[in-house]
Amino acid sequence: MAHIRLENITKTFGSHVALKDLNLEIADGEFFVLLGPTGAGKTTTLRLIAGLERPNSGAIGIDHEDVLNWTAAQRDVALVFQHYSLYPRYTVRQNLEFPLRSRVRHYAQPEIDARIARAAKTLRIEHLLDRKTDRLSGGEMQRVSIGRAIVREPRVFLMDEPLSNLDAKLRESLRSELKDLQMKLGATFLFVTHDQIEAMSMGDKVGVLNQGRIIQVAKPQDIYNRPKDIFVAGFVGSPAMNFFGGETRDGRLTAFAGAMVLGADGPARDWLRLHSGRVTIGIRSEDIRIGPQEPAGARVHDVENLGVEKIVTLRVDDQLLRATAPAALELPIDSTVNFGWNPEKLHFFDTASGANLALS
Amino acid sequence: MAGIILRDIQKFFGDAHVIRQLNLEVQHREFVVLLGPSGCGKTTTLRAIAGLEEIDSGDILIEGKPVQKLRAADRDIAFVFQLYALYPHLTAYENIAFPLRATSESRAEVERRVRHVAQALAIEHLLNKRPSALSGGDMQRVAIGRALVRRPKAMLMDEPIGSLDAKLRENMRTEIKRLHLENDTTTVYVTHDQVEAMSLADRIAVMHDGVLQQVGTPTDVYQHPANLFVAQFIGSPVMNTAKASLQAEGGNARVIVGDNDGAFDLPAEILQQIAPANGLELTMGIRPEGVRVAREATDGFTPVEAHIIEPLGAYDIIDLKLGRQIFRARTPSGFVAKPGVRVWARLDAVQTHFFDARSGGSLNVRLRG
Repeated sequence: MAHIRLENITKTFGSHVALKDLNLEIADGEFFVLLGPTGAGKTTTLRLIAGLERPNSGAIGIDHEDVLNWTAAQRDVALVFQHYSLYPRYTVRQNLEFPLRSRVRHYAQPEIDARIARAAKTLRIEHLLDRKTDRLSGGEMQRVSIGRAIVREPRVFLMDEPLSNLDAKLRESLRSELKDLQMKLGATFLFVTHDQIEAMSMGDKVGVLNQGRIIQVAKPQDIYNRPKDIFVAGFVGSPAMNFFGGETRDGRLTAFAGAMVLGADGPARDWLRLHSGRVTIGIRSEDIRIGPQEPAGARVHDVENLGVEKIVTLRVDDQLLRATAPAALELPIDSTVNFGWNPEKLHFFDTASGANLALS
Repeated sequence: MAGIILRDIQKFFGDAHVIRQLNLEVQHREFVVLLGPSGCGKTTTLRAIAGLEEIDSGDILIEGKPVQKLRAADRDIAFVFQLYALYPHLTAYENIAFPLRATSESRAEVERRVRHVAQALAIEHLLNKRPSALSGGDMQRVAIGRALVRRPKAMLMDEPIGSLDAKLRENMRTEIKRLHLENDTTTVYVTHDQVEAMSLADRIAVMHDGVLQQVGTPTDVYQHPANLFVAQFIGSPVMNTAKASLQAEGGNARVIVGDNDGAFDLPAEILQQIAPANGLELTMGIRPEGVRVAREATDGFTPVEAHIIEPLGAYDIIDLKLGRQIFRARTPSGFVAKPGVRVWARLDAVQTHFFDARSGGSLNVRLRG
């Protein structure tokens, strides 16, 4: 178990700035997810903590010790990658033994056996111990990779998109298993992913990274409900949050060149009272309602039936808005419908900077 | 008239029987999605329709005419792959116009049709660019444009948006659907992504191990899956399943799950619908949205323990523990405060499924709420 702190980390590769003044703190025993698109700097951050890369400047602390000059082995962290790097001609047991027989660590055989038995039980791979790894399915191989990290009982687990190569069903079940494992072990997990569902579902805390900068660190619900800027708002949630231009004046909010007046309530109304000018309005699909009594008109552009619910794409002028509707609602394409919104769930962003105006 | 008919198709690769006795009719102008995991035979089926793969037996008819003897080029079918396969040295315009160059269309007609397709795909401003200057989504739009410009009898698409990122896939789904509405081209679309299948298809054909499992509208396959495979392949999170047995109890029925891990109430009519046959073993299934959760003890609800909570923003997915069984439920965001607390759960009878545990086939139980 360990506490991790990154302070003012900058890392460049040639002229490319991978990380810029990055500050990050991960509490002892926390499941921390670093979320961002490809190229955001997630893997670089993880490799810096592991000791596989050196920052150009900044400090890295594990358990309040400066580890900048420590080797990867000394840092006592375990890495799990997207591509399981198992030894194909060895059995699962031999693969699990391997990290316990390294030069740095040496364990007696009974201790090795006990650790393997514990890890195998936790990961439900006991029946696979004597099988060669090239006879395993993808999900089994990834469990063995995780097992190889567990047997060492490291202070920190660093995981780089470990679920990305697996199919959807397996990803879903391994999500729960990993979360369960982390709760059981009480270990510090840093999990890197581009998949917002993985971040939301597993993270105690989520750090959103974009272009080498941390945009927001918060609990999943807060990331979702109070995104710091338009990037976070659009990146987290599926379907993506709807955005459209609006204008505020004297506490009134209009959109679509003044054709629509939007009612706001709660914090959104308080904010509107104090501001005037152009804004970018954001609203999530589940906060848009469709029904005959609703105030605004739209045309049905598309209906996606997801079984549990429908995603309806509405067209207002040239703008498309996605709304979540009950599965039983029948809406012919190109028909005209009315829609409204939850007035407390409007988000306002600065059109130029993208900052969430209600938070700044 | 049927657009495409597949009759008794068989296909072997060496010893591997990759398509087994497949029968499928795609209606004129219909959008059918072939859905299944990798290796299920869906791409082979698509390639057989295109003429890129020979079948070992059976008939393929396009607009009523057998096409097995026809070369791919003579079948008047357009194909869009996952990898865009554009000509790198040609502009987007020339890539789209390419299929028309071999025909005797006039320059003006070619121009008119390219512009028309480009407008539908909203890529008019990109027509002078080469593929290397385009994003992944725009390249795929150009590839679709090239397929549509010939006005083919049918359009075949093999995971056309599989390599795009999540947000772009969402938008491209809508575009492909709109395009189909406007062009009305008979379309067969292959994917392993059930969300894509659900959102695009008029009808979904689910394949597994070379065998067609079920053909139906998205609502059909979601609400009335023909077997356990379809039940668990479609929907996310996956449908909960458990070994089950039924028991009468004071005018009600109880379904006992797992190895006596616990039980849920169900309407008594279930006992009439499932006749206790010799040796019939049951598997019950319920989707997460079919598991009702209450925070207080409620009549007809079973006490369970809340385990992992996944806050997905718009809603939560909660693992509920009943003995050693886990049932996942979908609740409003924040409904259950934290793991470890006791809550109460009930199965929505309308959404409860029963399967023959051995064959996996659905017992087609239809309960009222």
